[in-house]
Order: sequence, then C-alpha cells, then structure tokens
Amino acid sequence: MLSGRPKVLVLRTAGTNCDAETAHACSAAGGDVEILHVNRFIRGERKLDDFHFLVIPGGFSYGDDVSAGRILANEIRFKLGGQLASFVGGGKPVLGICNGFQVLVKTGLLPGAFRTSAAKRRQTHGSPRPSQQATLFNNDSGRFECRWVYLRRAENTRCIFTNGLPEMIQLPVAHGEGKVMFDSEETKNQVIENGQAVFRYTDEKGRAAAGYPCNPNGSDDDIAGMCDPTGLIFGLMPHPERHVFTYQHPRWTRGEAGGGIHGDGFPVFRSAIVYAKRNL
Amino acid sequence: MKKTRTSPVEKIDLRGATDAELERISSERLLALNLREMKELQRYYVSRGRPATDVELECIAQTWSEHCKHKVFNGITRFVENGREELIDNLFLNTIVRATEDVRRARGKRDICVSVFRDNAGVIRFDSRYNLAFKVETHNHPSALDPYGGANTGIGGVIRDPLGTGLGAKPVFCTDVFCFAAPDFPHEKLPKGVLHPKRICKGVVAGVRDYGNKMGIPTVNGSVQFDRRYLGNPIVYCGTGGLIPRDRCVKRARPGDLVVAIGGRTGRDGIHGATFASLELDDESEVTSSSAVQIGNPIEEKKMLDVILQARGEKLYNSITDCGAGGFSSAVGEMGQNIGAELRLERAPLKYGGLLPWEILLSEAQERMILAVPPENLDRFMELCRADDVEATVIGKFKDDKKFSIFYKNSRVGELDMDFLHRGVPRIERRAVWKKPAFKEPVFPAPSNLNPYLHRALSWWDVASKEWVVRQYDHEVQGGCVLKPLQGAENDGPGDAAVLAPVLGATHGFAVSHGISIRYGDIDPYHMAASAIDEALRGAAAVGADPDRTAILDNFAWGNPDKPDRLGALVRAARACRDVAATFLTPFISGKDSFYNEFTIGNRSIAVPPTLLISAVGLIDDVRRCVSMDAKEPGNPVYVLGRTYDETGGSVYFRVRGYTGNKVPRVRARIAKEQMLALHRAINEGTVRACHDVSDGGLAVAFAEMAFAGGFGMTINSGKIPRDPLVTRNDTLLFSESNSRFVIEVDRKKEKRFREITAGLQCRKVGTVTAGGELIVLGLEAKPVIRAKLDSLKSSWKKPLGW
Repeated sequence: MLSGRPKVLVLRTAGTNCDAETAHACSAAGGDVEILHVNRFIRGERKLDDFHFLVIPGGFSYGDDVSAGRILANEIRFKLGGQLASFVGGGKPVLGICNGFQVLVKTGLLPGAFRTSAAKRRQTHGSPRPSQQATLFNNDSGRFECRWVYLRRAENTRCIFTNGLPEMIQLPVAHGEGKVMFDSEETKNQVIENGQAVFRYTDEKGRAAAGYPCNPNGSDDDIAGMCDPTGLIFGLMPHPERHVFTYQHPRWTRGEAGGGIHGDGFPVFRSAIVYAKRNL
Repeated sequence: MKKTRTSPVEKIDLRGATDAELERISSERLLALNLREMKELQRYYVSRGRPATDVELECIAQTWSEHCKHKVFNGITRFVENGREELIDNLFLNTIVRATEDVRRARGKRDICVSVFRDNAGVIRFDSRYNLAFKVETHNHPSALDPYGGANTGIGGVIRDPLGTGLGAKPVFCTDVFCFAAPDFPHEKLPKGVLHPKRICKGVVAGVRDYGNKMGIPTVNGSVQFDRRYLGNPIVYCGTGGLIPRDRCVKRARPGDLVVAIGGRTGRDGIHGATFASLELDDESEVTSSSAVQIGNPIEEKKMLDVILQARGEKLYNSITDCGAGGFSSAVGEMGQNIGAELRLERAPLKYGGLLPWEILLSEAQERMILAVPPENLDRFMELCRADDVEATVIGKFKDDKKFSIFYKNSRVGELDMDFLHRGVPRIERRAVWKKPAFKEPVFPAPSNLNPYLHRALSWWDVASKEWVVRQYDHEVQGGCVLKPLQGAENDGPGDAAVLAPVLGATHGFAVSHGISIRYGDIDPYHMAASAIDEALRGAAAVGADPDRTAILDNFAWGNPDKPDRLGALVRAARACRDVAATFLTPFISGKDSFYNEFTIGNRSIAVPPTLLISAVGLIDDVRRCVSMDAKEPGNPVYVLGRTYDETGGSVYFRVRGYTGNKVPRVRARIAKEQMLALHRAINEGTVRACHDVSDGGLAVAFAEMAFAGGFGMTINSGKIPRDPLVTRNDTLLFSESNSRFVIEVDRKKEKRFREITAGLQCRKVGTVTAGGELIVLGLEAKPVIRAKLDSLKSSWKKPLGW
C-alpha cells in the first residue's frame, strides 16, 4: 500500500493540448501530478518508473501528421519501449484519452496481447514489441466534431478505471479520427468477450447507438473505449477530464447533471489513484 | 532619379525625384504610400544627404501602412452632414477613446480596465490572480484569395496577440464571426477572379477549425452573416482571450536586452501583408498578391506557446510581441521605438535560402514572436526552448541610441531614426459626407397568418442554425466551457453567449458574446453601430454576466476611406460608439479597423456594407447561477422585458419580403442599462429559468428558438407584450427588431420576487411554457397568428446550413 499521493505523469509533446485539464483532474482525484515533455524521458533526464500512473492526454501530437498519434506512438515504441514495458509490467495503470488512446492503439498496447497476465509480461520485459491489432480511423462524417455522447459500461469489464462509475455516463468527444476498427472479426470478438470493450456509445436511453450521431464516428460495434486484458491499460475517445464538475455538463441548467459536485469523468481518475494507492 | 544596384541591397535615390517618379516608386514597389507620404520620405533623405535603401523603404512603408498606423481613424476628417461642415481632428480619440476615458473616470474605483488600446490586446481585471486580455482581428483580403490559408493564419495571428500582451496571456477561448455572400449565389453570375461564397465559407470554417482545434483553444462564440456585397471581399473576424497573471501585465524592453526570435522560420510567405491590406482587391489580386498570404502551422505555434508560458513563469524576459503584419520590422521596431534596436538579418533562421535582406525583415511568416531577453537569462531561456524542440535565435539587441539599425552580413543596410519611423507619418486630411438615404417605405396589408413568415425568417441565412460550423470547433478543450454555444434539450439551441470558468475548480468566470447588425447600416450606420453594442451587451446580460463589469471591443471593416461616403458612414458609426458606450458606462478596451474592403468588377468598385463587430466579455461571480436560452418547464410564466417599437427597417422580416424600409432600430441606452441591471439581479437571485435575447427576426423568432431548444411549447398572448402605441399590427409587433429586449422564463415559485425586481420597467407576463409541442401566438385581436409544431419550426431553422 502506497503512502502519500500517487505520482502521476501527464506526458506531453508537441501538439498535446489537454494536459492542463487532465493534470487538474488527476490532482483533484488525489494524485501528485507532473506534466512532462516526452523529450525528458528520451534524453534520460527522467524515468517512467518514478511514477505510479501514466496518462497520455488529448491533443494533436506532432500535428497528427501521418495519422493521429502515429509519431508519438513510434517514439514511445522505439525510444521508450523498455521503460514502458517495465512500467506496465510493474502493474501500474496507464490511461490514454483521445489522442492518447490513438497513441496506445498504435503502439499495440491496446487492445494488447490476449491471455497474457501481468506476471507473464513481466518475464517478457521489453520484447517482443506488441503489434498493432486495431486502429482509429477518420470519422464516417469525414470531419472533426465536438459533441456530448452517452456511454454504457460493459458489464463484464475488468477495467480498473471504471470502478465507482454508474452504468451509463455522459462525456464529450472532440475528434476527427475516432472510428475504432479491428484487424479482424476475431480480434473484435475477443475484445468484446474478454470484457475489454469498456465503453459503448448508446442513445440517451442506453440503447444501441444505431449510427450517427449517437455513435459519432462510426466505430465498430459502437466501441468508444478499450482496456487491455489486465484492465490496467485503458484508452477512450471521449474526454473524462472535461466532465470533472457537474457544471461542465451541457444541460446542467436543465437539472440533468445531478446534484453533486463531480461529473461522470471524475471517477475515472479517482479509480486509478485509489488503485495505485492500494496496489503499488 | 538614379538607381544603383549593389547586390543584395538596392539603393533608391529619392532626392531628385519628381512627384510622378515618387508615385511610380510607391506603386511599383507595392509600398501603398501616397504622394504626401513619399514627399515626407524624400525630405528625410534630403536631410540625411543619402539615397534610401530598399530595406528602409520597405520598413517605412509597412510601419506607415494603414494596417499599422490607422491613419484614417487618426487623421483629419472634414465631415459634411446636412450641408454643415465640421473638422474632426482624430476621429478615434474623439469617439472611442473619449468614451472609454469618460467611463473609466465615472467608474472610479470600480473601473475594470487595466490596459486599453496600448498593447496587442485590451486587458481588464478578472480575479485576485489574473487579468483577462482580449483581442479581435480581421483577416479579410487573404481569406478572399485563399480561404483556408487566410483564415488559418487569421486565427493563428490573433492567438499571438494575447500571447504578446504584457508578458504573455495564456489563451483560453477563441471567437469567430464571418461575413460572406449567400451560399446559393448563382455560379454563372460569379465575377472573374472571385471564388464562390460556398467555397469561401467552407474553406474559412476549415481554416479556423484546423488551427484553433490544434492549438487546444476552445472556440466558443461566433456567427455567420450574409450579404451579397461580401462576394469579392469576405470578412473574417477572429478573436482570442487569455488569462495573464496580474504581475505580468507590464512589458518594457531595456537597452542591452537581446532580440530573440522564437518559433517558426522566416520564408517568403506573407510579404507585403500590411500594405496589401491597405489596397482594394481586383481580379488580378490572386496573381499579384498571393505571396501576401501566409502558411500556417499550428503545432509550431503550440510549441512556442508552451515554451513562452514556462519562460514567463521564470521571468526570463522583459518584453514580448508577435511578428504579425510587417514581421521583424514591425515587432522589433515597435518594441524598441523608445530606445533603439539593432538587427542582424543574416542570423534569422530561414526556411530556404535566397531571401533578400528586405524580405527577411518584412516576411510575415507565421508562428514567430520576438522577446527581449536580458543576456544573463539567455542560457536558461535557450535550455527551455531546446527541451521543447523550439528554435530560438538571437538576431540583435536593444540599444539606447533611438535608431533602428539593420545589418546584413556585417554591412549596414538600413538606419532609421525611431522617431521618424514611428511618428513621422504625415497626417492625412480626408473628406467625409453623410447623407441620409431614403428607402421606399413598404406598404402592404398585415397578414392574418404569420406562420409562413416565421418559417422564412428562421430559414433566413443570418438566423438559420450554424450548428454545422459550431460542431467542427472544439468548444470543450481546456474544460472551462460552462455554457456552450449550443444549448437546450438536444444541445442545438442558439445560445446568446458562452460562459467560461477558466480557472479549473473555481466557479467564477465570464461570458463572451458579440453584436453585429449589418442590415441596419444601409439605413443609418449610427443606429447600426448602436444596435451592435446593444446586441453584444444584451447577449452577455442574458446569461447572467454583470453589466457593470462588461467590456467591449470594436472591429470596423469598411470600404475605401478615400471615398467620402464610406468615410461619412464611419464617422456616424464611431459617434454611436461614443454615445452608447458612454451611456451604458461600458469601456472599449481594444479594437481594429480594416479598410479598403472593396472589390472591382469591371470598372465598378463594390464596397462591403459598413460592418462593425462588437465583442463583449462580462464577468460572472458564480457561473452556476447562469441561465441558458432553452425553455425549461411547462407551467412557468414567460415574460418580455423591454418595449417593442415600430422598428422594422432593415429587419429580417422586411428582407424576407424584399424591403429595406427606414425605421431602423434605435438604442435607448439609459433604459436598456436599467433593464440589464434588473435582469442581472433577477438571474443572480435564481428567479429566471431561461432567458433569450431578442435579435434577428424579433420576438417571433425568439419565442420559437426558446421553445424548440427546450422541447416545450409556448402559448403567447401578444396583447400583453410591452409596446409603443404606434405598434398596431401583429407583424410589426412580432417581427420588429427593437433593441434591448429579452424573453424570460420565470420560475413560477419565484415569480413574486421577479416581479419585485422588475417593477417599474417595461416587463410583462405574456404567456406560459406548455407541455404541448406547439408554439401558439395569439395576435392583438386574441386570434392565433402563429400556430406551429416545434419540429417543423426547428427543421426550417436547421435546413439551410445543414451541410
């Protein structure tokens, strides 16, 4: 059990732009947060192992040149692969939001190798590099869109970030490349069966999204967020850090945001902090 | 005149030149200087006893350009109205500045202004830690030639304004307002050299989208306006506001500080932008001036922003400004205008080789800023830059000789007295004429059924839903947006203002709104300007901002001021700004003017309609008390605050019917302010569930928008609406666009308190929110004049721009 506030790294690079609000959410949830440039790690000035919880926030890393998240994903794979494998192998939580999700998918960390326990991964420390099994493609609408979505949590999920969340939540999305696609039906089915399809887009009553706009990008099976088989690595297109307070909800003036202080996104960060405190 | 060529700097001897030669030099080199100014230059070089260099001429031309010096507003104007001539010595000082000074004096200790008209953005107090900087810019000519690139760099440029204010404000929101010709303009009638308005619209929206989103700054407020005269010359306004720590608001470069260029490299893009902005467009502009359009790279700017905010925190520099119009020349010249500066052009990092010295000096390549860094802080500053992969280079130093000295590879290529450069421009005298036009006063019987007109008003380009635009902008990034641009049960109703709480975890914030009333300008620019101010202020008041702590910005986009009628209209508009702001006790904190917005087709020059954008920021103590515009709960009473007059001139209703009319909406500012203060109290005390300001399309459109945004019907009894006795027709009452009016849904449990607060004002209960899906409006004869299903009203409103 960790004494004191878990150390949280919000990793930024050129084009990251959700770092401040993500850091604020982590801090409000009880983390001791630093926002650091990826160069600091590549140059060896800092080590991922100094932290308990890694968040890759949203933005347009390197302008999303080539494709969203691709360049940062490659930097992480090829320059920080060992450090990251050790971080993940140590059973520490990793969260990728929007562009961060795109990065995690493009590093191959999500949905990740199947039936591989954290213990096993610890043995294969650093290699072989995971291969990419899914991608986030251009929205079906063909354009960037900002809108609030309804999400349903999978009943069988093993994701450690969704403890304390109600079955249905609301978060905003803002992206142009958010369509989850898999390399095969088999991968998709495994992700679903394995409880890794953490969030699905739905309509306002919690029913299947039935296309645009409830499913804002055309994602396969309405998948909005995924975790790895251990439940410790989690990525999602919607932005939990933008719904930390009830008054960030689009219809709080209509009394639809509930009476408390915190919005639906807050427990995502809180769960990770609590997990880190208990288990690291 | 002798011309001697010694590469790479050209010498131009003005000393013996005739008037015709001077004019030819100005026009051949795209200097955009008139004869008087050229002669002033000639005098300078005669007194110096030497020829000018091309570097110097270019430097002076951009420093003296209309874009940088605002010669029209600051000049001498002979204004003729009703046969009476009047001499106005500096229109700007006599109207906008005067009003602001009066307001600040009247407010005394409750003055919210920190820095007005001085810096790159206006600054007001926000809270105990931060001030709020706000600037709005235009980027019109580039957007006409290259809509995507022009708008892209428009937003990129205005973001650098707050960032270059004081010691740097962190941008927390953007706004955008566009004016185009209608997207259904017939393709076959498109003049030569003009892009189709739909293409311009899509390009501009995409340009702003890609830059603003990538910078991670929420775009929270804006609008799109349409008029045929924007065909060859669209207007693109972009604004940015930012927070700046209270102890970082003053900047001053000191002699000995190093001139450090940071960010992007210098290239040949954006040469002559400042002078290009001071010329009219024609069908050759695309060929002659395409080098004036820059190329944007938001990630470069984001990196620079990240480093500057870190360096600001460590107090590593004494001054900062952005390289906008005029590039290094303008940035370094302005920072050093009271002390002196020396530039070494060969040190500037270039995108590619082959640039002439004057091109390096003048390039408006994007994403560059200049900082004054004391030598002892340079190592630490460079370390921060390296850590973030940002290029920074020392390109000169600030001096104490009051000269602007420019070197290239160890030879002096220019030396100008700062005083001459910044204060030597001769003042120009222009003639201005205002003659009130008389439009035909339409005569037609009052229709008994207003349904079709309500549908047509909702589908009118200016009124119709802009959701297609708004959704493409990330308005949620940074987590500060509390009232979104789209509001209501289905998140698609048109909000009057956005509300931000930018300090995460704190619940104080501000509202952002704007006013623009183009349709009234043809009748009288005075009332157009007054209406724009009222609209901006009532938008902020409608959500709950404090009318006593609201500040405004002016942005004029006008035609060629050398034509007396254009300038006459400007005088009228500026005077309205003075009168109305002074009565509202609302200060102007910053502004910008853009002239020469004309396009030549054949031998006819078409000016844009007089276009004044007023942007407002209003402070809010607790954002959780704000209200949105959508109807909330059946059974609640609906009130109208503010009297309706027979003011249908320029209205959407008249335009829909093909008329202009003459009875333009006026502003009764004293009463308007009282009403806004009462509304503020009523919202603050929790008596109001929804409030919508009444603008384009009048009460009929306001009722409809409120109802369909909330998903609840309304029954309205027009006979109860506060009205002037001259209003005797249902169409006038429901479609008049009188200013200073609000439709308010009152919490029925707190109605008594609401009535107490609004006692003595023009405020009456006119109906109720209903559970049915219909808007029913009974006319003055108590018979329904509007009866429409919410779905059908909403679909009329959404269809035109539902691309």
